[in-house]
Amino acid sequence: MKPIISLSPHVHGGDSVQKNMYGVCIALLPALVASLWFFGVGAAIVLATSVAACVFFEWAITRFILGRNTLTVCDGSAVLTGILLGFNLPGNLPVWIIIIGALIAIGVGKMTFGGLGQNPFNPALVGRVFLLISFPVQMTTWPAVNATDATTAATPLSIMQEAITSGDASVLSKLPSLQDMFLGATGGSLGEVSALCLLVGCLFMLWRKIITWHIPVSILGTVAVLSAILHASNPVYAVPTQVLCSGGLMLGACYMATDYVTSPMTGKGQLIYGVCIGFLTVIIRNWGAYPEGMSFAILIMNAFTPLINTYCKPKRFGEEAVKK
Amino acid sequence: MKSFHIGGVHPAENKLSAGSPIREAALPRQAVFSMFQHIGAPAKPVVQKGDTVKVGTLLAEAGGFVSAPVYSSVSGKVNKIDSVVDASGTRRMAVIVDVEGDEWEETIDRSKSLVRLSDRPDLDSKTIVEKIKNAGIVGMGGATFPCHVKLTPPPGSKAECVIINAVECEPYLTADHRLMLEHPEEILVGVDLIMKAVNVTKGYIGIENNKPDAIRLMTEKAKQYPGIEVVPLKVKYPQGGEKQLIDAVIGRQVPAPPAIPINVGAVVQNVGTAYAIYEAVMKNKPLIDRVITVTGKSVRNPSNLLARLGTPFQQLIDECGGLPEDTGKVIGGGPMMGKALLSLDVPMTKGSSGLLIMNKKEARRAEPQPCIRCAKCVSACPMGLEPYLLSKLASMEEWETAEKNDIVSCIECGSCQFTCPSNRPLLDMIRVGKTTVMGIIRNRAAAKK
Amino acid sequence: MNVILIAVIVLGVIGLVSALVLYFISHKFAVHEDPRIAQVSEVLPQANCGGCGYPGCSGFAAACVKAADAGSLEGKLCPVGGQPVMEQVAGILGMAAVASAPKVAVVRCNGTCENRPRNAEFDGAVSCRVKNMTGMGDTGCPYGCLGCGDCVSKCQFGAISMDAETGLPVVDEEKCTACGACAKACPRGIIEIRLKGPKGRRVVVLCNNKDKGAIANKACKASCIGCGKCVKTCEKFQAITLENNLAYIDAEKCKMCRKCEEACPKGAIHGFNFPPRKPKAEEPAVQSTDNTPNQNVEPSKAE
Repeated sequence: MKPIISLSPHVHGGDSVQKNMYGVCIALLPALVASLWFFGVGAAIVLATSVAACVFFEWAITRFILGRNTLTVCDGSAVLTGILLGFNLPGNLPVWIIIIGALIAIGVGKMTFGGLGQNPFNPALVGRVFLLISFPVQMTTWPAVNATDATTAATPLSIMQEAITSGDASVLSKLPSLQDMFLGATGGSLGEVSALCLLVGCLFMLWRKIITWHIPVSILGTVAVLSAILHASNPVYAVPTQVLCSGGLMLGACYMATDYVTSPMTGKGQLIYGVCIGFLTVIIRNWGAYPEGMSFAILIMNAFTPLINTYCKPKRFGEEAVKK
Repeated sequence: MKSFHIGGVHPAENKLSAGSPIREAALPRQAVFSMFQHIGAPAKPVVQKGDTVKVGTLLAEAGGFVSAPVYSSVSGKVNKIDSVVDASGTRRMAVIVDVEGDEWEETIDRSKSLVRLSDRPDLDSKTIVEKIKNAGIVGMGGATFPCHVKLTPPPGSKAECVIINAVECEPYLTADHRLMLEHPEEILVGVDLIMKAVNVTKGYIGIENNKPDAIRLMTEKAKQYPGIEVVPLKVKYPQGGEKQLIDAVIGRQVPAPPAIPINVGAVVQNVGTAYAIYEAVMKNKPLIDRVITVTGKSVRNPSNLLARLGTPFQQLIDECGGLPEDTGKVIGGGPMMGKALLSLDVPMTKGSSGLLIMNKKEARRAEPQPCIRCAKCVSACPMGLEPYLLSKLASMEEWETAEKNDIVSCIECGSCQFTCPSNRPLLDMIRVGKTTVMGIIRNRAAAKK
Repeated sequence: MNVILIAVIVLGVIGLVSALVLYFISHKFAVHEDPRIAQVSEVLPQANCGGCGYPGCSGFAAACVKAADAGSLEGKLCPVGGQPVMEQVAGILGMAAVASAPKVAVVRCNGTCENRPRNAEFDGAVSCRVKNMTGMGDTGCPYGCLGCGDCVSKCQFGAISMDAETGLPVVDEEKCTACGACAKACPRGIIEIRLKGPKGRRVVVLCNNKDKGAIANKACKASCIGCGKCVKTCEKFQAITLENNLAYIDAEKCKMCRKCEEACPKGAIHGFNFPPRKPKAEEPAVQSTDNTPNQNVEPSKAE
């Protein structure tokens, strides 16, 4: 007998990177179905292009530029980045722009830092923000729901921004009904419209222990509280329920901010992270130049994650006893 | 239900041998008694080649205060005193005895009648500790810390209660479970003895909730033993870790090293140790045998064997159906903290609580992937540490930062590596860091003097 | 036009003011360092390897200056730069150069996959330190090379590499600077920084096994069994000592006669960089290096 020797432990819980990545992909399925439902073929093209491009670029860069032989595309992270990037884009975005976005997301946002686990910023958001700044017109022209032609429509966020800049609260009456916003029958990027589907997916991830409650609750909670305060002070600001269902807030809070690599490692750190993201989102949305502040808020807080990790250590066993 | 508060994981229980009553293993042909069966100074042989020994004859005396004597578990002639490969994987001194018959020392009481503490008014605290020391009792949970040292609180500390570790949180192992089902009263008397030894009136027996029959039986029997309370505990690993058990049962957390359980008033002993103490004090029987679980998914007959110390593992596995064809790994102990063995020729020692045979499929680790910073290891760590960080610091040789991040508090339970989705060898590297940092701390303390 | 002028003036003034501030601060807070330290530091290789025993090249330069003031450069050697650099340092400090014999790293183990059977398979972090914690490792020898390459990853000069066939590290004597990093990295102390020897020749016992002969022999074909034959052959020069079942050749006393190498029944003793001689009958296969020039490679001998 030639035994295997190793140090303990000799068993493993069976968790894997694939399980977690594909688990998030499964959680995104309801939102995927919603995007196809509301935006039709356009959504299919955008998502397919995004995923294919992300996977291709990761394979190509790993193989030819980094010179590594191991196949990392199978671990599901490139696929997930592709889906999330696609969800952040309008359904009528030209294919060549999507490909550039994927190249930036994977190439710059992930591979330049060394690949999986090394990136300080969320790759999908890096790609999205790059596209937003480089192609502002295409990135802010959304197709109407169930549009068969190339009609474009205003999104809830653009209506909210109009209300604030004009100082006229009656503009808010142009918002779709809360039911429509919750279900997803509004204009917007592919994945952000249906709050219901996103919440279902989030509950799935919590059940499978892929994410913990800290980040989604702290972000949504902070935004809700701040929106309530703002609305109470001045009716030009939308009602909290409308704010929560608008724009990329739900998508960002549950899927983008909870990205393992770029979020803090302890519960306390995650709560601080989430509260700050909530603050920044509300500030940028209401007083910034852009209607949507979620992407920037998350990227800014990504930069603070290492600092949060340094100062938010988990509670050591026996710590209290020492303090006494 | 009570439990420890930080971290923990849920490995599959696989208690394959839970229903197998304890059976006596056959005597070996040759028994090998390692001089290193305990923490502390090695034992010193007092016999020579050719000496005749009986069961219970002293083979080696303790090598210091933190040490324990070794007694023969067989009768026969001393073959030689030589260095052999023992369960540690290294070659160390041992006394080797050729077995002839099964003659016991006359002083040992082999009767099965129960002797309670009330039957022995002559026993006082000092006598009990002395008997335990002379019997060579060490921690039977696997740590093998000399018992009498734990029962002698250092000056300035006082014991407030005794906690018996009957948790057996390691998957596969069932020795303690069966011991409780088959010898509940002897265990309770043993607990009484420990309580008397450290002069406390409160004793707790912590049992994990996956042993409801043992909880029921022990609770019933404990009614006759005032001061002893059975505490059912949540099934979570490492519920049986000394510090975690104290946290669960009495809600006190032992601070970081150099603090030890006695600093929070707790004296923790394994339930097998309590049984051995009963036998030593009431029956004059030194530590010469123990219950070991021989188990594994491919093992034909997973069993709990009452085996004599010094029996080679090969023989024990033969008594359970032989070594399976597809064996990949042989582990001394449980799968979370046990030691992988190079061969089955190593002898059983005082700390051998289990022999686990893993088949080839289970035995191999998956290929490690980069750390994805999921923080699952942080959630799993029962000591509130950050395994991903400690592992990284150890591989970068950043000893100072590792020390600041409390690497010496690691209890090496393996929860982090068990949980890691990237299959990273976290504990491998943390161990390297821990030994190096402990060495640095020792050198620093020595330099100060 | 006005705007440009204003901008240029403003920036120019800021630049000027900053330059003046920096100038004054650099003079007020200047650290007065002995100028010789910088001069010495300039001729050093700047590898910052620590092989000299000081923290980096600047640390070594400071130590040399201090030693020069104390009277002698004895004991100060930069292994990377070697004698030529030390002569330059001595020149700068106006001291006599101290001659010191060059050294090289020697891997004292010949437990190749062929000589030393692997009786287990190690699974875990690929690190010698980790593998060492399993006890003996995956062979019967608790003193032999573990083969995970901790030494290779520590070498800053690319002078040591793992031979996949033998499972042992191989030292490139041209590149080795004897800084000692590999020796420190090895958890079993197998690598020794030894005198390179005249013409780069040395005789070394390639074994670290302190077990009794019978046990060592069972674990590895090329092990030192502590028989002492080599000690007897070296009665004249008394260069070999036997302790803990292991022979050791004192490099300073060895006269390179190689009689011990002939006498060793296990072929555990090796001569490095000697010219070839008539091959003897069957000896255990050993690790071979072929990247040192001026060698005559013998098929079955190490160099």
